[in-house]
Amino acid sequence: MSPVDLLLEPLSYDFMVRALITTTLAAVVCGLLSCWLVLIGWSLMGDAVSHAVLPGVVLAYVLGAPFALGALAFGVLAVALIGAVRDTSRLKEDAAIGIVFTTLFALGLVLISVTPSQTDLNHIIFGNVLGVSTTELLQVTGLAAVAMAVLLAKRRDLVLFAFDPVHAHAIGLSPRRLGALLLGLLALTTVVALQVVGVILVVAMLIIPGATAFLLTDRFGRMLVVAPVVAAAASVTGIYLSYWFDAASGGLVVLVQGAVFAVVYLASPRHGLLGRQLTARRRRRQLSRSAAA
Amino acid sequence: MSAAIAVDDLTVRYGEVVALEEVRLRVEPGRVCGLVGMNGSGKSTLFKALTGMVRPERGTVRVAGLDPARARRRALLGYVPQSEAVDWQFPVSVRDVVTMGRYAGMGPTRRPRAADRAAVDDALDRVELTELAGRQIGQLSGGQRKRAFVARGIAQGARVLLLDEPFAGVDKRSEATIVRLLRGLADDGCTVLVSSHDLHALPRLADEAVLLRRRVLFHGPVGRALEPSHLARAFGLDVLDREAAG
Repeated sequence: MSPVDLLLEPLSYDFMVRALITTTLAAVVCGLLSCWLVLIGWSLMGDAVSHAVLPGVVLAYVLGAPFALGALAFGVLAVALIGAVRDTSRLKEDAAIGIVFTTLFALGLVLISVTPSQTDLNHIIFGNVLGVSTTELLQVTGLAAVAMAVLLAKRRDLVLFAFDPVHAHAIGLSPRRLGALLLGLLALTTVVALQVVGVILVVAMLIIPGATAFLLTDRFGRMLVVAPVVAAAASVTGIYLSYWFDAASGGLVVLVQGAVFAVVYLASPRHGLLGRQLTARRRRRQLSRSAAA
Repeated sequence: MSAAIAVDDLTVRYGEVVALEEVRLRVEPGRVCGLVGMNGSGKSTLFKALTGMVRPERGTVRVAGLDPARARRRALLGYVPQSEAVDWQFPVSVRDVVTMGRYAGMGPTRRPRAADRAAVDDALDRVELTELAGRQIGQLSGGQRKRAFVARGIAQGARVLLLDEPFAGVDKRSEATIVRLLRGLADDGCTVLVSSHDLHALPRLADEAVLLRRRVLFHGPVGRALEPSHLARAFGLDVLDREAAG
């Protein structure tokens, strides 16, 4: 088979087309959001919220409500509980996060085990992008469009919130409201991404692209281009690999994103490990040369 | 004309800890006031009360004659954070940071209009950072970083400017530039409140000084504030003396 056939043949299956569209949408919206999460230092918060939505999604399934609604409710609940445990006990935030999200995640696992269902609810946990239905695809498209539109429209406010919330407050904006907006978008985005990689691995898509872009550029505007593009390319590659080698699609999507990060971490011209060492060596050599002269 | 900063009977408490007690403070428009005290003296808390970040247990705060919430909505209050409070790796340019001063008056997406761009250009020019406007904020020197944040306050049109430890990590020459800049702003009617535990820049910079140690110990001319007896009280040395004597 020629290389072109290798790329085109999977597209003759409708399920592969749906999988690739879903993956690209999820990668782009996660990639955008990850730029803020990485800069604010909300990786652990992203991990927590994305796991904590599980019981909400299961309950939404049971009640026949949209997944996004359940996810939003439990995302808000998780953030509120984390804040409450942190503020009203002697525990630090990381402990509060660790307790709340694992407990809610466990509740989700128990709910799945007692919910009679024709479809395999474990797909929520591990993702099932190769089995996405047309209805699911439409839902994902709607959610992704809303999340992307809000992120791009409010991007300057969100950057200000991430960079200097005190200044935001001092000029009459509400950092609390901006933070809540970002967390709400996080819950929505989780619903989009869990179709692809499942609840367990969503956090990877919410951190790796932004982190990769941050090592490549000093401009936030460029991060907003680099992160979604890299995420989409890596994720689509992951889906193809999963098709060719008949291996776990969610796992491969994250694995390829991680591999891209590793390359950038080592080889990024300005902020990569090798680049920094080369610059340092060059500087040392210049110093010793000027000292000798 | 009312005071630019008017604080009355202000008491702020964090749980059991009293951070500020019955603080009264008046700073007139166009004055530069140094706020001196050691760490934990309540300087940051006073700033937080002025920006409305903490809720006072008792007392009132007025900025430019307005209650703090209204002063914030009119963007009358500018804030220059201390170095440790800023993420210098953050991927924003100097121009981006100065433009953030204009956000309050912009539309919902904060897209800068011609008037905003002109105000940002003027502010950059005034702090002499026009050539470095495209640099990532962390690629500036200590003094330039401070000036970038002062420019944000200028672009904002702030009438009251708060600076938290502006001379920490700043070399002598930049310090002189910043002093000149702040004096110029005061001449234009802007009120400047500078917190510092570092005293040597004060005489050239400030018209008056406040010594703070949970309460206002002294408020008056800088020269008198720097007298050893006053400073000793502000920095807790009188207690040591008494203990040594006793």
